[in-house]
Amino acid sequence: MTILQEHAPNPAADDEGRPIGYGRLQRKEDPRFVRGRGHYVDDITLPGMLHGAILRSPVAHARLVSIDTTAALAHPGVVAVITGADLLGLGLAWAPTLSADVQAVLVTDKVRFQGQEVAFVVAEDRYAARDALELIEVDYDVLPPVVDARKALDADAPVVRDEMEGRTDNHIFDWEAGNKAETDAVFAAADVVVSQEIVYPRSHPAPMETCGAVADFDAVTGKLTLYETSQAPHAHRTLFAMVAGIPEHKIRIVSPDIGGGFGNKVGIYPGYILAVVGSIVTGKPVKWMEDRSENLMSTSFARDYIMQGEIAATKDGRILAVRTKVLADHGAFNATAQPTKYPAGFFHIFTGSYDLQAAHCSVTGVYTNKAPGGVAYACSFRVTEAVYLVERLVDILAAKLEMDPAELRLKNLIKPEQFPYPNKTGWEYDSGDYERALRLSMKMAGYDDLRREQQAKRDRGELMGIGISFFTETVGAGPRKHMDIVGLGMNDGAELRVHPTGKAVVRISVQSQGQGHETTFAQIVAEEIGIPPEDIDVVHGDTDQTPFGLGTYGSRSTPVSGAAVALVARKVREKARFIAAAMLETRPEDLEWEKGRWFVKGDPSVGKTIAEIAMGAYGTVALPEGIDGNLDAEVTYDPPNLTFPFGAYICVVDVDPGTGHVTVRRFVAVDDCGTRINPMIIEGQVHGGLTDGVGMALMQFIEFDESGNNLGGSFMDYLIPTAMEVPDWETGYTVTPSPHHPIGAKGIGESATVGSPPAIVNAVVDALAPFGITHMDMPCTPARVWAAIQGRPRPPI
Amino acid sequence: MQIPAPFEYARADTVDDAIALLSRYGPEARIIAGGHSLLPMMKLRLARPEWLIDINDLFELDFVLRDGDRLRIGALTRHTTLLESAEIAALFPIVGDAERVIADPIVRNRGTIGGSLCQADPAEDLATVCDVLGAEAIVRGPLGERMLTMTEFHRGAYETAVAADELLCEVRIPIRPRSGSAYEKVERRVGDWAVAAAGAALSFAEDGTIAEASVGLTAVGLDGTVGAVTELLRGERPGEQLFIEAGRLAALAADPVADQRGPVDYKRHLADELTRRVLRRATDRVAEFAGATGHPTTPQEG
Repeated sequence: MTILQEHAPNPAADDEGRPIGYGRLQRKEDPRFVRGRGHYVDDITLPGMLHGAILRSPVAHARLVSIDTTAALAHPGVVAVITGADLLGLGLAWAPTLSADVQAVLVTDKVRFQGQEVAFVVAEDRYAARDALELIEVDYDVLPPVVDARKALDADAPVVRDEMEGRTDNHIFDWEAGNKAETDAVFAAADVVVSQEIVYPRSHPAPMETCGAVADFDAVTGKLTLYETSQAPHAHRTLFAMVAGIPEHKIRIVSPDIGGGFGNKVGIYPGYILAVVGSIVTGKPVKWMEDRSENLMSTSFARDYIMQGEIAATKDGRILAVRTKVLADHGAFNATAQPTKYPAGFFHIFTGSYDLQAAHCSVTGVYTNKAPGGVAYACSFRVTEAVYLVERLVDILAAKLEMDPAELRLKNLIKPEQFPYPNKTGWEYDSGDYERALRLSMKMAGYDDLRREQQAKRDRGELMGIGISFFTETVGAGPRKHMDIVGLGMNDGAELRVHPTGKAVVRISVQSQGQGHETTFAQIVAEEIGIPPEDIDVVHGDTDQTPFGLGTYGSRSTPVSGAAVALVARKVREKARFIAAAMLETRPEDLEWEKGRWFVKGDPSVGKTIAEIAMGAYGTVALPEGIDGNLDAEVTYDPPNLTFPFGAYICVVDVDPGTGHVTVRRFVAVDDCGTRINPMIIEGQVHGGLTDGVGMALMQFIEFDESGNNLGGSFMDYLIPTAMEVPDWETGYTVTPSPHHPIGAKGIGESATVGSPPAIVNAVVDALAPFGITHMDMPCTPARVWAAIQGRPRPPI
Repeated sequence: MQIPAPFEYARADTVDDAIALLSRYGPEARIIAGGHSLLPMMKLRLARPEWLIDINDLFELDFVLRDGDRLRIGALTRHTTLLESAEIAALFPIVGDAERVIADPIVRNRGTIGGSLCQADPAEDLATVCDVLGAEAIVRGPLGERMLTMTEFHRGAYETAVAADELLCEVRIPIRPRSGSAYEKVERRVGDWAVAAAGAALSFAEDGTIAEASVGLTAVGLDGTVGAVTELLRGERPGEQLFIEAGRLAALAADPVADQRGPVDYKRHLADELTRRVLRRATDRVAEFAGATGHPTTPQEG
């Protein structure tokens, strides 16, 4: 691993060199994880707890004729069997999705995807519950399914959602961004236009921990405690209040340690609701944990975009415009979690990192007989698809113009002086120095040497490819005037309390699934008020203990919640100034701040540390008017804009022409996420995202057969990458702070997942360039790579 | 957590005990050793044995033993042991080639050669390895011991000649002078089943011609070895033209089915490509072979 531009040692560090503030601090949460002392939903055991299991449909599309639960109810240990008919009686058979649609909790009329929830068994242990599933007799009247999104809008296509009144087709929405007429005019006048259909296949986030819940409804107090695998506990609480009719103050959602989310744990799944219903019906706590196949087959998928892309340029390589038409497969229910105004998420960042004259996209969403979702997998609200589209198109253009892809990019990147940069689809990019990042990545990779090596290899008949991608992310959703999810503004709160002895607790509304919040947010507070991160506890994941906020997804924790934490710490610091002034019998404006301490201007020996001020606040110091006797504060942060992290990635692959096998030999990743809080955690995030990228580019997708059977329902069939498929990551960085964020941080969570797939595919296509190949769809499996070069004359190379 | 159907469990102390348990519990009892194939199938409820007979205490079946002109391997020998054995590496480099691409270290630490052969998965690498090495299987039951050739042992996908009350105890591999062997697999990802794989074993006569040759294919619908390749190679001097023809014959013998790992024409191509590769490598290795006679012979280009 190469790390360039390492920070100088932090001058504000304790005796052991640990930073008080930003810097490489070992993760505070890791001691419990490495000792096996993490506490996940499945670790929760409550007195008298029962266990639920879900019967799922074996077919993709079928009328439900009948369900007989007699034998299952008679099975030893079974306490209850709940069907869709039972839920109809409770008004809970259908639940709202996060996208103004509804989703069946249990099937009442017909099955709409394979793996859909049909019945729920509650038993004394999970074995009895699982065994009883086989005793439920269901009669299905199988219907022809809609599997191929391209056929979903055909006049004779079966209608997936025929329960909706007046619905005669599978169309969900049309959405567009940019100016079509302007774009078409630029295309008409351009020297060069290339077009390509580019498919981003359906994949699955596949977090290590599957989804699950423990519901505990107390009939006496009327309080529901729901332990859930949730990335957004507060939003879930509000939704449960709206759906289940339980008053919001009587609902407590707890997300304990979460074993990975990647968007998979944003939505509210039928299983969570069924656990609640089970607890209400039986009067006992009910646990439901899905197994791996259930997770892969029924919970939120990712991607599934069929994109027809076009790029226009002058013949000397000035990129003029990009346009695209997208067909989006949303599955059986529109359950994607996008901000209300943006049914295709932030896909309109497909203009990429280039200074364009015009751009236009139109997206059509359709229903099919597949699992619902589309929130997920580190997608930053569809930025993944957008970046893949534009970065593939730029490479195809480079091939057409016979230009080096790095040179083409350098010629068209937005220049530093153009920021803040208004793009052609309505974004305002906050800051960037793109050329610096790309040149750094080329230097780290030894780009010119790699091209020479490639030529020498081609002369010998060997296939080596070099792929570049340059991405601009848009994260940190978002400003409440533009963005909400089911009416909830995308803001986050933070509360900070400094205890009398100078130790602190910060309560945040976002929930960690492995991002290191307990460390990073402690470091932000430490940087702002100058007490060691070890002295700051970060509380999250419990709605009874934390302020409201929309949760962790779309790389929004640092951009939104991180800002809230910095601002609340500044509020405390400012309050401390008044208390210190009282203690020092001086005026607040006569005090000056150094990390951890207010002192008298001109006399640094006279001052008070935060700990001394805290004791003063809670003690007997006479407080100035308007200052309460504590050292607490709270804020809710409404971001003025999104943040725009960016990066330049270079991938080197070798392809075995005899077998089609691709080996990722090297990968250089230069990221700019603005101010860097904990570089070690950032690198960890990048490593994980790059590994995701290898999975998507080379092996990972969920296929369906023509009957709608999911062919990726286990880790035997749905491949996720291992350490053996990835190279030693070479990471570097530049720092271009966000001008509008309180600490200049932009977020890093999904950058590498967004940026790496195009770099890898571009490298594979580059390796196959001697065969005249300019595009292939992911994943580049050995069979697909081999098939791509069949029947093509192998030119002298 | 994926939950298997209910089952009972018994732990055998000796081989005789295991056989007695198998006799007692009948055809719905299954032996469990490493469990890395059986347990996933049980969790998916594709396998529903009523009894599991655990043989992990049968240490007498965990051995690698040179016995004259053959190597004896106990059925409970773990993949890791096979991979790490210097003797096996010297005699049968094909075993190391295959073991390195069988699953991952965690599986190799538990999985056994006996389990691999008895599971009889069409994508099982060791089945091909044992085929081309001409191994024999020693099977014991209530009536005593019997010896099966690999042809007799295999009965197609997931089926073997081992009866419900029998236990595979040992695999014996003949050591041939002036021999070399190799295995190569294409997989979508480490630990995935083979898209296709090929194994080859060659031994040479003193004059440098090929005395014995066999090529086997994994996961492409061929049981046993490719007879036409054996006939083609026997008596010939090794060389690229010969191997090209062998590859062509191997591809003809393959009968793959299309699946997520690839279409038929690709798998057939791999049978050809990999056959050529393993024949080349096996030939190169003959030169390094010192196992049986101590007199390595360098084959001549034919």
